[in-house]
Amino acid sequence: MNDFEPVIIAFVCNWCTYTAADLAGTSRLMQPSNVRMIRMMCTGMVDPKYVIKALLEGADAVLISGCHPGDCHYINGNLKARRRVKLLKAILKRFAVDEHRIKMTWIGASEGIDFAAIVTGMVKEVKALGPNMLRRTMVI
Amino acid sequence: MSMTAESTIRENNAITSAQLLFRDMLLEGGITALLVAQHLPMKNTVMPTLITDPDELRAVDPFAPCYSMNTAKVVSKLTRKSLESPIAVVLRPCEIRAFVELVKLKQGCMDNLLVVGTECLGAYGNRDYPIFAGSEPMAATLRFYEKAQGGTTATVNGLEMAPACKACEHPVPENADLVIGVIGADMNGPASVTAKTEKGKALLEKIGREQSAQSSGREAALAKLMEERIAYRDKMFAETVEATSDLEKLMSYLGNCINCYNCRVACPVCYCRECVFTTDVFDHDPAQYLRWAKKKGVLKMPTDTVFYHITRMAHMSLACVGCGQCSNACPNGIHVMELFRTVADETQREFGYEAGRSISEDPPLSTFKENEFPEVTARTH
Ligand code: SF4
Ligand code: SF4
Ligand code: FES
Repeated sequence: MNDFEPVIIAFVCNWCTYTAADLAGTSRLMQPSNVRMIRMMCTGMVDPKYVIKALLEGADAVLISGCHPGDCHYINGNLKARRRVKLLKAILKRFAVDEHRIKMTWIGASEGIDFAAIVTGMVKEVKALGPNMLRRTMVI
Repeated sequence: MSMTAESTIRENNAITSAQLLFRDMLLEGGITALLVAQHLPMKNTVMPTLITDPDELRAVDPFAPCYSMNTAKVVSKLTRKSLESPIAVVLRPCEIRAFVELVKLKQGCMDNLLVVGTECLGAYGNRDYPIFAGSEPMAATLRFYEKAQGGTTATVNGLEMAPACKACEHPVPENADLVIGVIGADMNGPASVTAKTEKGKALLEKIGREQSAQSSGREAALAKLMEERIAYRDKMFAETVEATSDLEKLMSYLGNCINCYNCRVACPVCYCRECVFTTDVFDHDPAQYLRWAKKKGVLKMPTDTVFYHITRMAHMSLACVGCGQCSNACPNGIHVMELFRTVADETQREFGYEAGRSISEDPPLSTFKENEFPEVTARTH
């Protein structure tokens, strides 16, 4: 199990978490190489399909991270995203997809440290859960 | 229009008394058109028809245990723009509930619309109905009620009602202006009519009708029906959850799905006017299939089956009214309704929402609050 390196697909908002991730990188904060970052203009643009597809393709976890309430550049995209994530968790839980495999956070542009900590924590959590079995199984 | 025509109708049964009510609505109630189910002359089935001529009511049968489609879809077509003159629509409880969802999604409008709800004891699937109805479908309807009053799993000619109906907790219409009663009623006498809103009351006054008394056996019959249906539902839920309790099992449940998307065409609350799964987003380049196949060495085709179903759940499970049209439409006998109802049960509970309950409750994804659901974004690190 120790050589299992989780793949985390991260949908991050251009205006905040993306910058935070950049900061985490340039400040040489430890940042696991497990994250595949997808830059979005707002978490409100994360279509539930993207999350479902990532998990069905075998991603071990999905992170959706955007601006704190009040900071969203499109006023409330982040608050709408929160409801969508809640809905997705409820649906996927029904099929025994552990809810730790979907995470949503609010990380401001200056919070590079927080970004590094959240990703590191997620990697640990997902390692404990084990790999997404769909990575090897045929998915219909 | 003669008196004799009226009196021959009046002396008959629940079906003809309903026809008479509709006739009065068109003649004296200020209703310009009536959307109601009727036996089609060219085929042994029952379909919604839009009637403006009071002499065209002979084949109308709002009680036929046939549920070809969810009529909410048709009402949505009629009310996409607000109606210029009053129209009445005769609907089953689950059709009204689906329409309520569509109105909230701005795909229908209640203005100038009079909703007549029929109490519902259930219906047969589309394949079984013609077998059940035989060559005298009106008589078959009346025969159905004699049996169905006895309970939910009543079989006639060895045919069972659709599972959606056997599991339905809403035999009594909600959000209707008028309700036509059949529960506990003797269908060989006139059907009872009650007004539930001011609109409904005004219409009954206009056509000079008293509200009829409900049958004495109604309460007991309703209680028994609900008890049986809830027991059936709970068992169905438990079995379905067990059969689909992880993704592997879900794949086996959906294994013979051919991506025909009939289930979403038949679904009254699948609200996207164009489904993304039928657009060129999913019209992949041939080379793409080969790349996917190479990843695992094997690719099931057509692709994206589970992806489609889970996406549909994300779109409409909050609006699912459990009408069963998805199962009715599936060419491969997949128990789609059972699956979607168990998911809808979870998602609607999460948001404290019930599809079809009320016009004034916002659909969960069309609204939000600044402070809510802190568990979703809680930082655990
Ligand atoms: S998913 Fe099936 S049961 Fe639910 S509303 Fe649509 S057609 Fe009816
Ligand atoms: S109707 Fe049946 S076969 Fe067609 S897409 Fe739906 S589940 Fe699949
Ligand atoms: S702009 Fe960052 S979440 Fe909306």
